Amino acid sequence: MSKKMQITLTVNGEAQDLLAEPRELLIHVLRERLNITGPHIGCETSHCGACTVTMDGKSVKSCTVFVAQANGASITTIEGISTPDSLHVLQNAFREHHGLQCGFCTPGMITRAIQLLEDNPNPTEEEVRFGMAGNLCRCTGYQNIVKSVLAAATEMSAAREAAE
Amino acid sequence: MIPAAFDYHRPDSLQDALGLLQTHGEDARVMAGGHSLIPMMKLRMAEVPHLIDLQAITGLRGITIDGATLRLGAMVTQHEIIEHAGLSCAAPILREAALQIADPQVRYMGTIGGNVANGDPGNDMPGLMQCLGAEFTLVGPDGTRSVAARAFYEAAYMTARTDDEILTAISFPATTGGYAYEKQKRKIGDYATAAAAVLLTRKGGTCASASIAMTNLSDVPVWSEAAAQALVGTACDDTAIKAAMAAMDADIDPGEDNRGPVAFKRHVAGVILSRAISRAWSRT
Ligand SMILES: Cc1cc2nc3c(=O)[nH]c(=O)nc-3n(C[C@H](O)[C@H](O)[C@H](O)COP(=O)(O)OP(=O)(O)OC[C@H]3O[C@@H](n4cnc5c(N)ncnc54)[C@H](O)[C@@H]3O)c2cc1C
Ligand code: FES
Ligand code: FES
Repeated sequence: MSKKMQITLTVNGEAQDLLAEPRELLIHVLRERLNITGPHIGCETSHCGACTVTMDGKSVKSCTVFVAQANGASITTIEGISTPDSLHVLQNAFREHHGLQCGFCTPGMITRAIQLLEDNPNPTEEEVRFGMAGNLCRCTGYQNIVKSVLAAATEMSAAREAAE
Repeated sequence: MIPAAFDYHRPDSLQDALGLLQTHGEDARVMAGGHSLIPMMKLRMAEVPHLIDLQAITGLRGITIDGATLRLGAMVTQHEIIEHAGLSCAAPILREAALQIADPQVRYMGTIGGNVANGDPGNDMPGLMQCLGAEFTLVGPDGTRSVAARAFYEAAYMTARTDDEILTAISFPATTGGYAYEKQKRKIGDYATAAAAVLLTRKGGTCASASIAMTNLSDVPVWSEAAAQALVGTACDDTAIKAAMAAMDADIDPGEDNRGPVAFKRHVAGVILSRAISRAWSRT
């Protein structure tokens, strides 16, 4: 065992202080210490994207980030994007367009899609496919995931225009 | 998938990082984005008792375009390369290649410095750096030196960088003429079965100069002068492309692995090079 270090994270807007070994992976800290179990472990080898969270404005695979590396960062998980009474536009779009079946990949998909639309608010279908390429789904065949993201993009742009 | 224990360091200056490398010697290693190193540590193929995270060293960041010379700090991420408008103008091949590396999540974290310093034959940037004629700036206890990308790679994971040096920047001339980065992979996010970087200039109807490099077809990136020479003075027609393919084939040395047997890799390398030349020529 190595020395533990003091870690400070802002997770879904809340400050979290904990002692952890630097080698602990961010996904394990989120799930096992902070009980934030939205981000899933699909492969643990940087391939599936089920563990995707937003870290300081970047979509990252939290199975490939040491908690020490994340020290000081602001993290958003699926739990932080909405409340059960008022779903995020993307969550509603996934529901409307059947963007999920078993739901295992969905927290990673939606978290990634939020950052994608942040970086590129009006993507083409090709840009959605390319921008979601780090997230694997074993069920849907992706068609409806792409539809959901495009529908959410349209709705979010319309809302932005209405607000202006 | 838990790596062996380590002490974590996050120095905020290059001097401090170099000092830590001196103090801990072979037990220390720097980390950039961690997207090659962390998987290796999780598999326990790399053990790093002292991990030196470079993320807080602001001097290693930034892209500067000074006339015809481009300079990228080692910690510039693949995502930043893709988003940088000036870079896409001055050397569009870099963006074309970066877009074919891994997936969005990996590109937010993975850096150009980590990609070229790693020494993995599967990495895409080392081949591209041969093609561009890039120079790598290394800083160590004895000061700063510059090493040509074409002289940097010695064998798989073996480079001209000594253990006490840090790669700080990469520089190369802005490109003119046509370009293409072409890559064959089994699925999105995969390393190359074969990849080709091609730069061409045209004078009238013929090719005035060419630079060609291949990725993952030997234990080091392959800069094929002979393949480039086969194009110069031609109209990059079928005969010239076939000659370039044959010259390249003599320079590569692929091994059999889960991406296929040697004959298949040689075949794919030829197809990829031929596509890259045609696309680059169409852009001159
Ligand atoms: C799923 C997946 C798919 C991938 N696909 C591709 C692909 O298709 N093509 C491709 O090219 N790459 C691919 N990669 C690798 C990715 O691009 C890495 O990010 C990159 O190879 C290394 O960059 P890094 O910043 O993450 O470096 P790190 O992992 O932090 O470091 C890599 C090595 O370089 C050394 N190092 C890093 N920075 C410096 C420095 N400044 N000075 C001296 N030494 C340094 C480290 O000590 C380490 O040995 C993939 C990775 C994953 C996880
Ligand atoms: S669990 Fe992190 S990418 Fe699959
Ligand atoms: S809905 Fe089952 S993995 Fe995507």
